[in-house]
Amino acid sequence: MAKISLEDLKKIKESVQASVTLREGGYRAKVNVHMGTCGIASGARAIMSTILDEIAQRDIKDVIVTTSGCAGLCSREPMITVERIGEAPVKYVDLTPEKMREIFVEHVLGGKVVEKYALAVGSETTF
Amino acid sequence: MATKVFRSHILICAGTACVSSGSFKVRERLEKELKDRGLAEEVKVVITGCNGFCAEGPIMVVYPEGIFYGKLKPEDMPLIVEEHILKGRPVPKLFYKEPVKKEAIPRMKDIPFFGLQVLRVLRNRGLIDPESIEEYIAKDGYVAMHKALTQMTPEQIIAEIKESGLRGRGGAGFPTGEKWEEARKYNRFPKYVICNGDEGDPGAFMDRSILEADPHAVLEGMVICAKAIDSHEGYLYIRAEYPLAIKRVNLAIEQARKYGLLGKDIFGTGFDFDAYVYPGAGAFVCGESTALMFSLEGKRGMPRVKPPRSAEAGLWGMPTVLNNVETFANVPQIILNGAKWFNSLGTEKSKGTKVFSLAGAVNNIGLVEVPMGITLRSIVFDIGEGIKGGRKFKAAQLGGPSGGFVPESLLDTPVDYESLQATGAIMGSGGIVICDDSTCMVDSARFFTNFCVDESCGKCVPCRIGLKVMLQKLEDIVAGKGQEGDIEFLEDLGRHIANMSHCGLGQSAPNPVLSTIRHFREEYHEHIRDKHCRALVCTPLIRFEVIEEKCKMCGLCYKACPSNAITWEKKQPAKINKDLCTKCKSCIRACKFGAIN
Repeated sequence: MAKISLEDLKKIKESVQASVTLREGGYRAKVNVHMGTCGIASGARAIMSTILDEIAQRDIKDVIVTTSGCAGLCSREPMITVERIGEAPVKYVDLTPEKMREIFVEHVLGGKVVEKYALAVGSETTF
Repeated sequence: MATKVFRSHILICAGTACVSSGSFKVRERLEKELKDRGLAEEVKVVITGCNGFCAEGPIMVVYPEGIFYGKLKPEDMPLIVEEHILKGRPVPKLFYKEPVKKEAIPRMKDIPFFGLQVLRVLRNRGLIDPESIEEYIAKDGYVAMHKALTQMTPEQIIAEIKESGLRGRGGAGFPTGEKWEEARKYNRFPKYVICNGDEGDPGAFMDRSILEADPHAVLEGMVICAKAIDSHEGYLYIRAEYPLAIKRVNLAIEQARKYGLLGKDIFGTGFDFDAYVYPGAGAFVCGESTALMFSLEGKRGMPRVKPPRSAEAGLWGMPTVLNNVETFANVPQIILNGAKWFNSLGTEKSKGTKVFSLAGAVNNIGLVEVPMGITLRSIVFDIGEGIKGGRKFKAAQLGGPSGGFVPESLLDTPVDYESLQATGAIMGSGGIVICDDSTCMVDSARFFTNFCVDESCGKCVPCRIGLKVMLQKLEDIVAGKGQEGDIEFLEDLGRHIANMSHCGLGQSAPNPVLSTIRHFREEYHEHIRDKHCRALVCTPLIRFEVIEEKCKMCGLCYKACPSNAITWEKKQPAKINKDLCTKCKSCIRACKFGAIN
């Protein structure tokens, strides 16, 4: 194997960075998928997989995904709450994987609220 | 390149303490649950080195929330996976509970045990997988080594270490930079770098935990030292009773070699260095530097007279730097962040942080890293959260068999090399054993002296015979055969052993006795004159009588006695029949009112 260089160290560091970010709390946005029984029954699992797929494909390091229980509005599940650091959280309802991809690009990464899918600004505490 | 993304990381502590309390079983069950629920692709389970809070083991921290679960059982896993991982509801019943107020604290950073610590040496503990070099690199691993090899001259490295004020963490506190400078001076080759991981003090587990949690940091420190003194070969002498540490260090060496971070022409600089693990020979004395080197050479581990110091003539008679695990683990961060960053913490003569293993009668047993200069009281009562079972603090034993006991009145002593020495204890490698009021100081002194008698290598007379005489005297005292003059005799003999022994171990072996006499002289008097042991430890000095005024007639002693030696009826004080009594002390342990003496 060729001699390792400082550049190589940096490359390794970057590729493992996602783990470190997650454990240190240095992230720019949090996507909370509501996974109560109602959420799971109406397809929250597919929403979750979509988010993880987007993160993996785009090689995003600083977006974290959490889960929470029923948000109380079972008829509008699957729901998510998107929270960018320093901004008010936004709830999205009646999601499908396609809508999810749109929200991910527009809001999570782009910072622009996708009003047509949004329910309200504000959040219950997830913990 | 796209790496696999996990939405949650579950870090399970796999330090020796957690492994023995069952963390591997917890992990197995967790992985099975995750798989059964189809979450294995979303949630990553990471095995880490010692998290530090050993009393709460097995420990698990769930990220990104940073929720801390302790004292886990495999049966808890379905609940955690179902509630927390799947539905996002942390499980309060498994949170850490603060011992005094019993409040549940979910987040690791809010638990006082963690909140008051300053993590430098242990910065990666419980945070990275010690078996993955990539995770270490992600935490700026090997960048300091790169800086040292490519941008610094050996003189600059030594100057930086000297300026930092780093002193040997093995206990004696010799300035590390000076040691390296001395070894650099001699133009005889090959030179060697040795890491002393033969941690032998009872109750000490700092080095083990560092090697288990962050082995690459130690290797990196060794390479930097090697560059400074122009050495190309190093050994890690690790206690053979630390199989997990040995395994992880060996793995780390293999990984580093694969990446070209050990071996020939590191970073293309033309600098060669390789390291090897040598499992310790199993004797306490092999932690002494010269004995350790003889042991490495395949000879019997016995200290020799110094000078010449190891820096001049060490392993195979060649210039050698021998430092403790924790010392090496400090080095990369000094090189990376600078001497000023390092010595911004600490006291005038003791800089940086120190890792302690906190054990004994304290609520929070574990591994702690604190800035030099913090008081012992803060370690025991803030981080340790006081004494178990509501008992009273009696003494802190520092530095193992070479150390001493610090009484309550000196608890405000700042932790630095000189202040601790003034109390009669030593910094030592960092073992702190807390004693509550059920500990007999005379008996503890006897225990440590017995340890030293067993472990004396036998080379020099004061240690080999002097300690034996000391032990006999102590055994007489705890057996009720003490006489006037014994205390003075012990003091006199202790001073002789300290002055005339060959190596550091013999010189410090009387410390436990001398420091208990110094701080708890009245207890020795009680044993000798009154034939009384206030802690009710020394069986021959216990009368096994019920104090009628204190007896609440509850009958607990009666129920506890295995030899039916106690008679008791309701509303009558208990009585002990001495003919039947086997002196097993079950009644003393059972009595809640201290009514038996």
